[in-house]
Amino acid sequence: MQFFGGSDISPSPPAPTAPGNNAHMIYVFNRNGVCLLYKEWNRPLHTLNAQQDHKLMFGLLFSLKSLTAKMDPTSAEKGNLGVPQLPGQGCSFHSFRTNTYKLSFMETPSGIKIILVTHPKTGDLRDSLKYIYNLYVEYVVKNPLYTPGAPVR
Amino acid sequence: MAAIYNLYIINKSGGLIFYKDYGSAGRMDTNDSLRVASLWHSMHAISQQLSPVLGCAGIDLLEADNFDLHCFQSLTGTKFFVVCEPGTLHMENLLKYMYELYTDYVLKNPFYEMEMPIRCELFEISLSQAIQKDRVALLGR
Repeated sequence: MQFFGGSDISPSPPAPTAPGNNAHMIYVFNRNGVCLLYKEWNRPLHTLNAQQDHKLMFGLLFSLKSLTAKMDPTSAEKGNLGVPQLPGQGCSFHSFRTNTYKLSFMETPSGIKIILVTHPKTGDLRDSLKYIYNLYVEYVVKNPLYTPGAPVR
Repeated sequence: MAAIYNLYIINKSGGLIFYKDYGSAGRMDTNDSLRVASLWHSMHAISQQLSPVLGCAGIDLLEADNFDLHCFQSLTGTKFFVVCEPGTLHMENLLKYMYELYTDYVLKNPFYEMEMPIRCELFEISLSQAIQKDRVALLGR
């Protein structure tokens, strides 16, 4: 399980940090595409401004989910490409890797998507993503002053 | 032996030029495979934009719940990708071998037009042989 150094997303007790292997960025989106949280720790290259970057990321994930649901070789019949899939319906991907980064993705049944961009050699981060989701539930959702759909402060 | 479900070759503009199914339950018709191939081409390009560091060459491996997708991009922009069972090993070697077969049987074929769908029998035969062969033999190359 990977632990990351740097700032945590909410005032929770800090996770034990291992040297090296810190994440590059983290995104949290809700089901409508609103970016609830974006934090970067190590991002030398910025291609687009923040708004476009979030939209591009959300669009990429939406299309990839649609692609994996359609390409799933184990299910017999699926809907057509482009039909919005409910969270949890159809086969969904959990990570992809390029030569410069690895992106790990988790979607909850409520449509909250958590994305972590890390070094390409990182292992399976699904447990870490679950841990982050639990933190989100504890400190953000249960916060009486938080309005759902607003960016996390 | 872990299974390979199907494989695709797309040209540098994103058009599907080869698709072969080796036993998936969700067989796709031609139109769907064309759409899926173009979608993959675009996703590959967008993923390069989102890279936090310079020099990203696109998605090499996509891990989903029921399958893995390995992609190999040649220097000319032709992409070879294979859909296989999660955790199948040595797919990169298979893709490189596929590229070799492509150069031998397709590109050197005088009747083959560039960027057009592949209709070369020898290519398909040797590809099927490679898929059915023992993985150990592939590793030895």
